[in-house]
Amino acid sequence: MSYRLPLGSAFEWVFNWLDDNADWIFEAIKVFIKSSISTLEDGLLLFPAPIMIVILVLIAWKLANRRIAAFALVSFMLILSMGLWEETMMTFALILIATLISLIIGIPLGIWSARSERMEAFLRPILDFMQTMPAFVYLIPAVMFFGMGRVSGIVATVIFAMPPAIRLTSLGIRQVPAEVVEAARAFGSTPNQILFKIQLPMALPTIMAGVNQCIMLSLSMVVIASMIGSGGLGGEVLRGITQFKIGLGFESGLAVVLLAIFLDRVTQYLGASKKLRNNGGV
Amino acid sequence: MECKIKVSNLYKIFGPTPEKVFALLEQGLSKNDIFAQTKHTIGVEDANFEVKTGQIFVIMGLSGSGKSTLLRCINRLIEPSRGTILIDGEDIVSMSEADLREIRRKKIGMVFQNFALFPHRTVIGNVEYGLEIRGTPPPERRKRALKALELVGLERWADSYPSNLSGGMQQRVGLARALAIDPDILLMDEAFSALDPLIRKEMQDELLNLQNKMHKTIVFITHDLDEALKIGDKIAIMRDGKIVQIGTPEEILTNPANSYVAEFVQDVDRSKVLTAGSIMKKPEALITPKDGPHVALRKMEEMGLSSVFVVGPDRRLQGLVTVDDVVNNLHKDLSDLIRTNVPRAYIDTPVKDLFQVASETKIPIAVVDRDGTLLGIVARVSILAAMAGGK
Repeated sequence: MSYRLPLGSAFEWVFNWLDDNADWIFEAIKVFIKSSISTLEDGLLLFPAPIMIVILVLIAWKLANRRIAAFALVSFMLILSMGLWEETMMTFALILIATLISLIIGIPLGIWSARSERMEAFLRPILDFMQTMPAFVYLIPAVMFFGMGRVSGIVATVIFAMPPAIRLTSLGIRQVPAEVVEAARAFGSTPNQILFKIQLPMALPTIMAGVNQCIMLSLSMVVIASMIGSGGLGGEVLRGITQFKIGLGFESGLAVVLLAIFLDRVTQYLGASKKLRNNGGV
Repeated sequence: MECKIKVSNLYKIFGPTPEKVFALLEQGLSKNDIFAQTKHTIGVEDANFEVKTGQIFVIMGLSGSGKSTLLRCINRLIEPSRGTILIDGEDIVSMSEADLREIRRKKIGMVFQNFALFPHRTVIGNVEYGLEIRGTPPPERRKRALKALELVGLERWADSYPSNLSGGMQQRVGLARALAIDPDILLMDEAFSALDPLIRKEMQDELLNLQNKMHKTIVFITHDLDEALKIGDKIAIMRDGKIVQIGTPEEILTNPANSYVAEFVQDVDRSKVLTAGSIMKKPEALITPKDGPHVALRKMEEMGLSSVFVVGPDRRLQGLVTVDDVVNNLHKDLSDLIRTNVPRAYIDTPVKDLFQVASETKIPIAVVDRDGTLLGIVARVSILAAMAGGK
């Protein structure tokens, strides 16, 4: 005979309780996410694909360089020719919303944990947990609270993708040399002035690396989240697997990869500081 | 001169419960014993000093002597544990955060050892910072920042980034950043220590030049005694958190308070620091033109001198007569025998400038003020004695 700690059932109990008693919160979140993702999707699909491709290529050119713009042109044309344009834009919208929510929550938490040892100590195990827990596990509570569909997909993605945004924001701020912060104090800066004029600008490259990581993780989660019906490219991949359509699986997988490279390169250049560019670096 | 900064009974004890340590200090326990018992470190122990308006006050000590801690207490970058710091009569220690910020914004500029420039801002962005955070409108702060950059000769580099500048130039930016807010007080924390020796000397000269124009009150930290002696009007020497001596460079050199200071100053090039005023003596005998040659001769005989200075009314130096001239011309008027081309020096002439003069003449050097009043004489033997470190 062995005694088993009822961890799993305790967890279930908590979630059932939340589901019964805090339903209105989840409902509000659901409505908010749903409407924002629909709006964004509609926006991305507002223009015909060729025009959208031109816009994306111009963005790549403006933020990064000509080579990456050329890569974007070729990749998006390829995606279009594979007939996956709409799915790609859906996935794109999903990632943008998930990343945005991750950053809106993650960056302030990162700032907080950079300024308070207590917060740092409190967050660290939670972040470890969030990052190492198998991503599939998030799908269960997400579905319980938000039902099948894109909202659950986004919630699961946010939980999975947020930790690097928090960690790298905190790290970036902590890496600002103490003497520089001291100099700012010596000139009579308020704590907010130190944060916004010194710490955040100096931490920007590291924070942007966190944003980049956040986007990449979102992208990898998108395929997994397709299992709870978030659609997009992940949905196509899933269809390829379940219906044994190797070609479709490969094509949609390739589209995910191309989208990932595009987002990665463009956001990397976003992270390189103005100073480096002025010095002719990068 | 009025008192700008007055520090009284200032203590800084590092550790969670400084109150406990005061009792132990009163019992006379040493720093090491207190650390062993309580794990508290004493950064500054009972510091007392005044800095007058327009003065350069140097705090000098080796690393770990508490000098940087003491400096940071002045603008409360480090919170003092006990004591008062008055700036223009206002107590910094008991001031609210908001009032303290105002003082930092308007009265105190600070320059750091490793420059501590903001790497993400241009040179002018750095210099503007102090004005920016106190809400000066952009056109005016740019104008003032450019003026500060002109003072240090870097206006051409305004739009560069600090990383493109050499160390010496970066510290000029640091200095301009502190000057841009037009503070009364400059706190300089080993400001030139990170620079190589030639650049350091250049910066010291430049600081003294600027100080001649600006008359700021400067508290300057250094571990370099030569630097302290060169730029300091007053020097405080620190050891183990305590100020062991405060004085002018000459007082420190000629009258060290204890063996620690004495050992410290023994290798200094005294000729640069000591002045004619500090080694001159009262003339043993003086005569006036009205005295006849016989009086002059008798005075020289009495004192065993081969020459004697002649002064007019108000002790104005007229020249010198030698015993040979007097003996050979006893019937002449004394005023005909005066040699007027005697070597002269001012009270603040450095001793190093006296070497040449002393080597060319056998008679003592006359120390006079700007009106020609005789203040004292420097015998050649006094110069040698001063260089040897004796008194």
